[in-house]
Amino acid sequence: MSEYLYVGKSIPRTIETDKVTGRAIYIDDLKRPGMLYGKILYSKYAHAKIKNIDKSKAEKLPGVRAILTGYDIPDVRVGFIKDQTVLKKDVVRQFRDEVAAVAAISPEIAEEALGLIKVEYEVLPTVFDPVEAMKEGAPLVHEVDARGRPLKSNILPLPWKFYAGDIETGRKASAYTVKDSVSTTWVNQCCMGPSGCVAEFDMNNNLTLYDQTNVIHLGKQRIMEYFAQIGLKGKKVRVVNAIVGGSFGTKLDTDIYEFICMQLALKTRKPVKILFSREEEFFALPPRQPAIFDIEQGCDKEGRLTFRKCEALLDNGAYTSWGATTPSVMMMPMSSLYRVPNVSFEATCVYTNNIYCQAMRGYGNPQANFAVETSMDTLAEEAGIDPAEFRLINRNQSGDETPQRLKITSCGLEECINSVKEKLDWDKKKKDKKKARGVGMASLIHVAGGARVYMSDGHGIMIKVDQNGCVDVFESGTDQGQGSPTVISQIVAEALGFKPEDISLTMGDTGLSLWDAGTHASRHTFMAGNAAIRCCEKVKKQILDMAVQYMPKLIKGGFKRKKRKDPDFVQPDLDYSLISNPEDMDIRDRMVFPKSDPDHPYFKMDVREIVRSGLHVGVGDSRVVVAEEFYDPPTEMLDREMKGNLSMTYAFGTTGVEVEVDEETGEVTILKLIAAHDVGKAINPTLLLGQVYGAVYTGVGYGLTEEIKVVNGRVMNPNFRDYKMLTAKDVIPITPVVVEPGDEAGPFGAKGIGEPGLVPTAPAIANAIYDAIGVRITDLPITPEKILTALNDKQ
Amino acid sequence: MKRSVLLTVNGERHEVLIEPNLTLLELLREGLNLKGAKEACGIGACGACTVLMDEKPVNACIVLALEAEGKEIETIEGLVKGNDLHPLQRSFIDHYSFQCGFCTPGTIMTAKAFLHRNPKPSRDEVKNGIAGNICRCTGYENIVDGILNAAKEI
Repeated sequence: MSEYLYVGKSIPRTIETDKVTGRAIYIDDLKRPGMLYGKILYSKYAHAKIKNIDKSKAEKLPGVRAILTGYDIPDVRVGFIKDQTVLKKDVVRQFRDEVAAVAAISPEIAEEALGLIKVEYEVLPTVFDPVEAMKEGAPLVHEVDARGRPLKSNILPLPWKFYAGDIETGRKASAYTVKDSVSTTWVNQCCMGPSGCVAEFDMNNNLTLYDQTNVIHLGKQRIMEYFAQIGLKGKKVRVVNAIVGGSFGTKLDTDIYEFICMQLALKTRKPVKILFSREEEFFALPPRQPAIFDIEQGCDKEGRLTFRKCEALLDNGAYTSWGATTPSVMMMPMSSLYRVPNVSFEATCVYTNNIYCQAMRGYGNPQANFAVETSMDTLAEEAGIDPAEFRLINRNQSGDETPQRLKITSCGLEECINSVKEKLDWDKKKKDKKKARGVGMASLIHVAGGARVYMSDGHGIMIKVDQNGCVDVFESGTDQGQGSPTVISQIVAEALGFKPEDISLTMGDTGLSLWDAGTHASRHTFMAGNAAIRCCEKVKKQILDMAVQYMPKLIKGGFKRKKRKDPDFVQPDLDYSLISNPEDMDIRDRMVFPKSDPDHPYFKMDVREIVRSGLHVGVGDSRVVVAEEFYDPPTEMLDREMKGNLSMTYAFGTTGVEVEVDEETGEVTILKLIAAHDVGKAINPTLLLGQVYGAVYTGVGYGLTEEIKVVNGRVMNPNFRDYKMLTAKDVIPITPVVVEPGDEAGPFGAKGIGEPGLVPTAPAIANAIYDAIGVRITDLPITPEKILTALNDKQ
Repeated sequence: MKRSVLLTVNGERHEVLIEPNLTLLELLREGLNLKGAKEACGIGACGACTVLMDEKPVNACIVLALEAEGKEIETIEGLVKGNDLHPLQRSFIDHYSFQCGFCTPGTIMTAKAFLHRNPKPSRDEVKNGIAGNICRCTGYENIVDGILNAAKEI
C-alpha cells in the first residue's frame, strides 16, 4: 500500500478557480467602508537638504483628509539596520525618498494634492559609483548611524567574510589558475500585481493590515516594534493577506509605504489604501541587489578544484533592506557549489545615492552563481578540460559536508549534468562546432529544506475535521501564486486519508495561524508539508480512536436494520478485534479499514460516517477533531564564521543552453534550453514544472534583456515598454528534466524548487555565447550592443 | 463636464454619467464594480486589462470610456454561464495556466478573441497571439497548453 493516491499526481488547481473568473480579490480590488486613498511624494533630488515644506495649498484642496511629512510623525527609524525613517526630514538621500504623504477621498485628488505640496531643497553632493563611494573624501550618504554616532565612510558595518581551509595552500597545489571580474545589475521583480496595502485601525487603535507580505508573522513583529516606539505599545496587530499578485522577493521586507499607510490611517481614523503605480513599482520598490565580483580559482592537473577566492562589492543604495544580506546566501554557492577545499569570500556593501535593494528569487545566489560559473568555464579552458567534464570531476555528492558545513543528504547533480549533456548532444556539438553556435552549462546549489536565518525556522499548522468530513487546514504561510493550496491539499489528502476536494486552506492570516518564518527561500512545500504530515498523524489518531469506539456500533446497528427489513438475514460472525485497536487501522481515500484486511467486506467504512456519528453526541461524549503541529527542523544558524547546516536538504540542478549568435546584429537566439533539477520528489509534477518554466524565463531575462537603467540615481525606464521582460513571443524551447532521488527529510521526499530554475540560467547562456563566438561578456545583461562591442574589440 | 455613455457589458445595458477622461478600465472597475480586468502597467503594454469591445481585444487602461458608446463589452465576469466555466477557464485550471493569476483575466479574454479568429492554431500562433499579455510567473508554456486544449473544445 505504498503507492500514493495524490502525491506525485498532477491534481489541477481547482482550489483556485476564482483566479480564472475575476472573483479573486487582490489588494487592487479591496475596498473597505469609508476608505481613503494614500499617495506618496518622492524626492526631486538624489541628495539634498529639505529647507522647507509648504503643504498649505494642498491642505485646502477639497477631498484631502490628511497630509503628513517627516515633521508630523514620530522620528522613528525602521529597516534592517534602522538607517531610515518612514517620512524623511532634513535630508533626502535618493530619488525614492518619501517626503510627504496624502490621504484623500479619491486617488486622483490625492495625486493632485501631491502637486500642490511645495518642497524647497538645497542640493548636496552625490555619489553613485560604489567604487568612488568607498574612497576617502567621497560625499557621505549618511552623516550618522542609527545611534546618532558620526560616520566617516560609506562602507556599511556589515563585514561579510567567509574563510575555509587556506587559499595559499590551494594555490600551491594548483596547476592552473584563473582570475575573472564579473558584474550584475539591478533587475526588477516585476510582479504583475502592484504593491499595496490597506491599513485600518479600530477605536482602540488595534490594527488590521490587509497586505501582500510573504512573511505575515515577521511583518507583524516589525509593526509591533514600530508601534512600541510611536506610542502604540501593546496594541494588537493582525496581518491578513489578499490574493497576492506575485512576490519574487518584493514582499519579504515591510516596506516604507506600509508604515506610511498606517500613519495616514492613524491620522484620519479611516481605512487607507496605498496602491503603487507601475512607475513606483520600478523606482520606489527595492529591486535585485547588483554586485561586482573579482573571482580567482585554481585546479590541479586532474582538474580538481584547489581553491576559490572571491571579493564582492555591493552598491547598497541609500538605505539598507535585504539586499545587504545577499552575501549570506552568496556564501553558499561560493563555498559549496562543486567540491572546493579552500575558500575565501569577502563582500563589502557601500552606501551610494542610488536606489536600495532587497530580495529577489534566488536571493544572492544568481549573482554569485554568475561569478562561480563564469570562472568554472575559464578554468576548464585553462586546464584544457571539457567544461562539462570539469564540472563532473568537481561535482557535489551525497554524503558530502561542504566547507560551509552544509550536509549534502541527497544530490542529483551528476544526473543533472549528464542529462544536460545528453539532451544537448554536448559531445557532438563540441566536436563538430558550427559557426556562431555554441553550448554552455551552469549548475546550482540552493537551500531546499528550510533556511534557518531566524532563531526559529518553524512552520505551524492546525487541522480540523468537522462532522461533515470537511477538512480545514489553517497554515501559517502565504501563497503568492506558487500553487501551495493545491500542493498542501494533496499532502494533507495523502497523509490523512481524505480526498483533495475535502480540503479547504486558510493561509496568510496572523489571526488564524501559528508561527511561520515566511514563505521564502524555497521553503514552503518542505516546511508546511512536513508540518502537515505530522499534524495529520495526530488528526488521524483522533479519528481512529473514534472509529474503534463507533465502528462496531455502526456495523451492528446496520445488521439490526437489515434484520428488521429481512427476517431471514443472518448476522455474520465477525472478528471485531480487527477493529478494536486504533493502531491496527488506517484511513485512505476517505475509507477507514483494518490494516490486516484493507478490503474487509464489513470493516471498511466511510470516514464521514464515523465523524458524523462520533462528534456531537451529547454531554460528556461530544468532541472535536483538531490538532496542531509545529515543525521546526533540527538545522543550525550560521555561526560567527558563517558556517552551519542551515537547511535540512539542498537542491541541485544544471541548466544547459545551445545558442546561435548573429554576429552582424549581436542578437542571441536560444535554440535549446535544458533545465535539469534534483527536486527530491515532485508532489505535483505539472505544478513543479510551472515553477521551473517561470524561473527559467526570468533567468533568461536576467541573462539577456532585463536591466533597470539607473542614471545618476534616477530610474530611466520605469515601465513595461522600456524594461524588457520576455513575452510569449520570445520562444525559449525549454526541456525540463526532473530528477527525483527523494530526500529522507522532505515531505514524501520533496525538496524546495521555487528559486533554483532561475539561478544558473544566465551563466549557462553566457558560457554558451562564449562557446559560440569566442567572446566572454562578463556584465549582465548580455545585450546585442555588448556582444558587438566585444566582437569589434576582438578583431 | 460629465457625459452620458450607453454601453452593453456582459449582455447588460448600462447608461452611465462619466468624466470624459475616464478610461474604460476605470469605468468597469470603479463604476460598474467589475474587478476582473486589472491594471498592471497603465500604458497598454502588458494586457492585464484586456476586455473585448465588439469582440475585439482592447487594453481597457488606454481606451476612453467614451469610446465604448454603443459598444458591446465583454469581461472575464461574462464568461461564466450559470454554473459553467468557459472552456478556456476550465482549461486554464486543468493546465496550470496561471500562478498568481493577476494577468489571467486579460490573457483569457485575449485568448477568447484569438480562438474566435483562429480556431485551430499552432503552438507558435498561440504564442504570437498572446504576445501582448505579459506573465511573470508561468514562463507562458502552461498558458499555451491551456489555450491549445481549450481550442479543442470550443
